[in-house]
Amino acid sequence: MREIIKMFVVLGIICGAAGALLAGVKFGTMERIEYQELTFVKGPVITEVLAGCTNNPVDSRFKMKYGEEEVKFFPGIFDGKCTKMAFETKGTGFGGDIGLIMAVNIKDDTISAVGITTHKETPGVGSRAKDSKPFKNSFVGLSIHDEIKIKGDGGSIDAVSGATVTSKGVCTGANLGSKIYKELKDQILAKAREIK
Amino acid sequence: MGIVREFTKGLWEEIPPFRLVLGLCPTLAVTKTLKDGLGMGLAVIFVLLCSNVLISFLRNIIPSKVRIACYIVVIATFVVIVELVMQAFTYELYQDLGIFIPLIVVNCIVLGRAEAFASKNGVLASAADGLGIGLGFTLSLSVLGSIREALGSGTITLKIPFTDISNVYNLFGPSFEPFAFMISAPGAFVCLGLLLCAMNIIGNLSKP
Repeated sequence: MREIIKMFVVLGIICGAAGALLAGVKFGTMERIEYQELTFVKGPVITEVLAGCTNNPVDSRFKMKYGEEEVKFFPGIFDGKCTKMAFETKGTGFGGDIGLIMAVNIKDDTISAVGITTHKETPGVGSRAKDSKPFKNSFVGLSIHDEIKIKGDGGSIDAVSGATVTSKGVCTGANLGSKIYKELKDQILAKAREIK
Repeated sequence: MGIVREFTKGLWEEIPPFRLVLGLCPTLAVTKTLKDGLGMGLAVIFVLLCSNVLISFLRNIIPSKVRIACYIVVIATFVVIVELVMQAFTYELYQDLGIFIPLIVVNCIVLGRAEAFASKNGVLASAADGLGIGLGFTLSLSVLGSIREALGSGTITLKIPFTDISNVYNLFGPSFEPFAFMISAPGAFVCLGLLLCAMNIIGNLSKP
């Protein structure tokens, strides 16, 4: 009986100590890991949608609450002023969530660029939307006050052929992005004025 | 055997994976390039050293019936620490090594040293053993990685984690046609076998 209790106690203590240590390491590296993920996974897309900006958008990022979720914003500085704001949004595609980065021109509330970060679409079919320049370009200049739809639904977006569901998913993502931007606009503008 | 002896045996006599022929899965998978082999080796050194020291320290407390479970918990803890640190500071290496970092938990070399050595010997001897075997493993992976990268891609990527050293050397010039077989897993097997063969020949030569 004593032996069994000893087994429980020793294994329990070792597991407890291991758990505590890992929690500490996880907490200590959390911020750094987030930064690395942004730089290496989403970084290329962020630089793509904010092409030509003079700052490092990942360095000057900030977070805001939208409902329950936290949304990350990446300000883009052009000619010494923050004129574009990129942020994360997501739509639902064929295989699951499509992660998007959307950049909005602060001056006139139009979309300046859209980029796809993560997706689970079918390789070679839905995944083509990620790299299709004409598809992504058809979002440029649209107002965030209008609903974005593909041509088949009466909108103005050229869907990627064979990837209608994915294209619609990106539209939903862009519409969600517009909603987030409109809702948080006052705070975003205040932040944009602060950033130099 | 003295401490020095425990340390040096890992560098030739019992050098993994050649002599122990354990831990072949990561050996074959991550030695496509020198930098991946080196990074994997460094991760294994850390895990092996820490787990050996801790297990040797706890060897009289751990009941023998649950010893394997305790070893796995200790090893897994250090592996997760390595994974988090790698993710935080050397993200590219973390992406290259991918699943093979968490798989160090079930690496036979680490568990084997815990069971065969650290659970029977003192802390200092276990530390020397862990460091020696770890360095031997790193050495093997680096040699294997260099050969495979040189023949398979025609380059040598020298990139040491946590430093600014990052160079790619093109060895054979533009007319070199890469020997793609070396990059694949069978190529690793052949390369491993030839190296083991060479080591046996050298070993036999030095015998009286």
